[in-house]
Amino acid sequence: MSSTAAAGAIDHHHDSTTVTGIPNKKLLMWAFLASDCMFFGCLISTHLIYRLHPPPGTPNARDVFSIELTSFSTFILLMSSLMMALAVNSIQKGNLKSLRWSLLTTIFFGLIFLGCQVYEFRNFVFEKHLTITNSILGTTFFTLTGTHGLHVLIGVIWLTAMLIYSFTGRLTEKDAIDVESMGLYWHFVDIVWIVIFTAVYLLEYL
Amino acid sequence: MEALAKSDFLAKGETAAKPLVLWRPTAKTGLLSWLTTVDHKKIGFLYGISGLFFFIFGGFEALLIRIQLAVPNNSFLTSAQYSEMFTMHGTTMIFLVVMPMGAAFFNFIMPLQIGARDVAFPRLNAFSFWTFAVGAVILNLGWFMKDGAPDAGWFGYAPLTTRHFSPTHAIDMWVMGLQLLGVASIAAALNFIVTIINMRAPGMTMMRLPVFTWMTLFTSFLIVLSFPAITIALVEIMMDRLFGTNFFEVSNGGLPILWQHLFWIFGHPEVYILILPAMGIISEILPTFSRKPLFGYPIVVFSGASIGFLGFGVWSHHMFTTGMGTTATAAFALMTMAIAVPTGVKIFNWIGTLWNGHLTMRTPMIFAIGFLWMFMIGGLSGVMHSAAPSDAEQHGSYFIVAHFHYVLIGGSLFALFAGIHYWFPLMFGRKVSEFWGKTSFWFVFVGFNVTFFPMHFLGMEGMPRRTFTYDGDMGWNVGNMTATIGAFILAIGVAIYFLTMIYTFFKGEKTSKDPWDARTLEWSLPNPPPEYNFKVIPTVHARDGWWYEKRHTEEIQKEQAEHAKEDEAHGGIHMPYQSIYPFLASVGILIGALGVAVIDPASTTQDPGFWGPKVAVTILGGLIMFVSVVLWALEGNDGYHIHLNEDGSIKSEDHHAGH
Repeated sequence: MSSTAAAGAIDHHHDSTTVTGIPNKKLLMWAFLASDCMFFGCLISTHLIYRLHPPPGTPNARDVFSIELTSFSTFILLMSSLMMALAVNSIQKGNLKSLRWSLLTTIFFGLIFLGCQVYEFRNFVFEKHLTITNSILGTTFFTLTGTHGLHVLIGVIWLTAMLIYSFTGRLTEKDAIDVESMGLYWHFVDIVWIVIFTAVYLLEYL
Repeated sequence: MEALAKSDFLAKGETAAKPLVLWRPTAKTGLLSWLTTVDHKKIGFLYGISGLFFFIFGGFEALLIRIQLAVPNNSFLTSAQYSEMFTMHGTTMIFLVVMPMGAAFFNFIMPLQIGARDVAFPRLNAFSFWTFAVGAVILNLGWFMKDGAPDAGWFGYAPLTTRHFSPTHAIDMWVMGLQLLGVASIAAALNFIVTIINMRAPGMTMMRLPVFTWMTLFTSFLIVLSFPAITIALVEIMMDRLFGTNFFEVSNGGLPILWQHLFWIFGHPEVYILILPAMGIISEILPTFSRKPLFGYPIVVFSGASIGFLGFGVWSHHMFTTGMGTTATAAFALMTMAIAVPTGVKIFNWIGTLWNGHLTMRTPMIFAIGFLWMFMIGGLSGVMHSAAPSDAEQHGSYFIVAHFHYVLIGGSLFALFAGIHYWFPLMFGRKVSEFWGKTSFWFVFVGFNVTFFPMHFLGMEGMPRRTFTYDGDMGWNVGNMTATIGAFILAIGVAIYFLTMIYTFFKGEKTSKDPWDARTLEWSLPNPPPEYNFKVIPTVHARDGWWYEKRHTEEIQKEQAEHAKEDEAHGGIHMPYQSIYPFLASVGILIGALGVAVIDPASTTQDPGFWGPKVAVTILGGLIMFVSVVLWALEGNDGYHIHLNEDGSIKSEDHHAGH
């Protein structure tokens, strides 16, 4: 009931205005992520199917990949999830200062990941001669990891907007659900990367 | 407990009064009110009008096809024009007619059935419609260009759609159009899912939901989970066409069969996206006009769920002739047989509803019974295809054309027509003439059967689909001529239907509230419903909520008076502000999509460089969209409160409430 919300601190785990108690924004994000699962599922399947039928002359993935760099950027992305979780925790406690530092670190880690990907793409195209058009490996690899990179980029822009609004007073404790929904998205993009890292990179080293 | 209306107003009351720095459109009439509306009823109306408009468009294409096939060796259309016709007829009827008409009912009826004042995200809802409109425009742009309309079939099989075989922009427009329709459908479906789960009135438990609302929920889940597959397929073909990637380039290791798999992983659930709303409408109409509750409500609901679930496991029955191997073929054959079971269960439940009922044969009921019968024929010819050897015989023949028209016209369209008749009094406060309604039904019914029944025989005699003409000595002359005559009878029926509707909209007899003596909550509203829907959010006591209310008037009146007082104490009825940004975002998408699909790169040389007009327009569109979305977020989901008089008219509006 509204009266209880007025009396005490904001209850971040129960929304009195919805039937289930789950905030609408959170439910929307979960349903969207289900959709996104199918989206990445189809892309990853495409890669895995085409991987089995390389025509003669397809570059060997193991000669192209640099697993050290990708392992590093994977680690960084996972750590960004930790910082994202801390950001959600901070805003739920109304600690804006801590929120800003956590968001900033998350953005920073996201940017490192994107930087690694840009470096990787340039390296593959100019040094290893793997392009999006010259082989089926290039086609599926760049499309899949590029789409994931786009998701990270959207996340970084979204986080940056939140960081800015945390200074203008638009993002306060009562908007914790916005940060939490964003967090769901960010964690999902990380989990997808774990699958991609396994299915695209590690699989080549078996 | 409470739905949107009783927001946590008290908690935020003090900190409210946030200045409105952004423009808030407030027009209630005129063009601007339609462009900025967030009212689910107005958006539903827009979907319905668009669907009916494209229905005339797609029907016209169908008539041209039938004229061409009326006699052997006809030269009414060229083979190229014929390909455009059947491609656009299929694409239009599926994506621009049946889906938006379904969406029209989802929007208009579903929130009323669950006792809500709007959907969960009103502005996202507007965005869904405008993006749908943009997709429809892109899809049909080819008619007005020298490139021509898309001509690779509604399934767009690669490699026919690759640049090598379809070098013009026609396919780019098809790809981009479908892509946007997918975005629109997913956005709308997410909204409906959240609305149904989170915004039900007190007492409206899941197992009290009207069946139409259940089917809306299942359809939404199907959309959310199946559209990503075609999104990826379209992304891949677009990458092939724009950037020269190898997804469907056989010489570089691409596998065109992948297109078929991705397309049908979407395509088969899509079939259920088209039929489940129809089943929902039928499940509302039959009980109302049988004056009985729906027979076996939980079974109908669960069979709807299992149809949706199994619908994801049968896609390869569209591909039996591609040589998948015996194991896959057997598995998909079995799954296809299995999915006929819940469908059959529903048919028996509907028959059970009619059984021993006091049937009143009004126009909606006539269409609904027509649906039962025709859909069953379509279902029976459909389940025949689950036997792979039999399917191999019928694949690509007119038998298939007959089958899916029985499901889509005799099924979906009959139900949508029934739904329009059924809810017309609620939507517009006027009643359709029984005489003209029934006349249109008989023309449609006879015309439909005369058109499509002979196609079963044509198919069995080997007449192939998608072929623009045939020789006179194949034995197909009579069947084709009959079908063409039938098509014109059907067209006359549809014309009567539409003229009747237009007449009724302007001049029809006014009706009182709840003219059918119906069972579900939307009929508790005055017609047409006020913008705030419910004066007091209803409390639901039984499965057929309105039926119960009508029989417990005293109890309900007392309860509503109490709740009205509480509402007023909480600050009145909360209404969302209108917004122009969803529309602007869709305009940005339109410009960006024109850049991707229509505009030529600067020069025709091999390497035109990056910064041609194509990229510039695409980025411009993207920027407009981005800015609109940012402003959309910035203006916030604020609203105002309204206070009502006893008779339901608006006493005052309160714009200082914040939130």
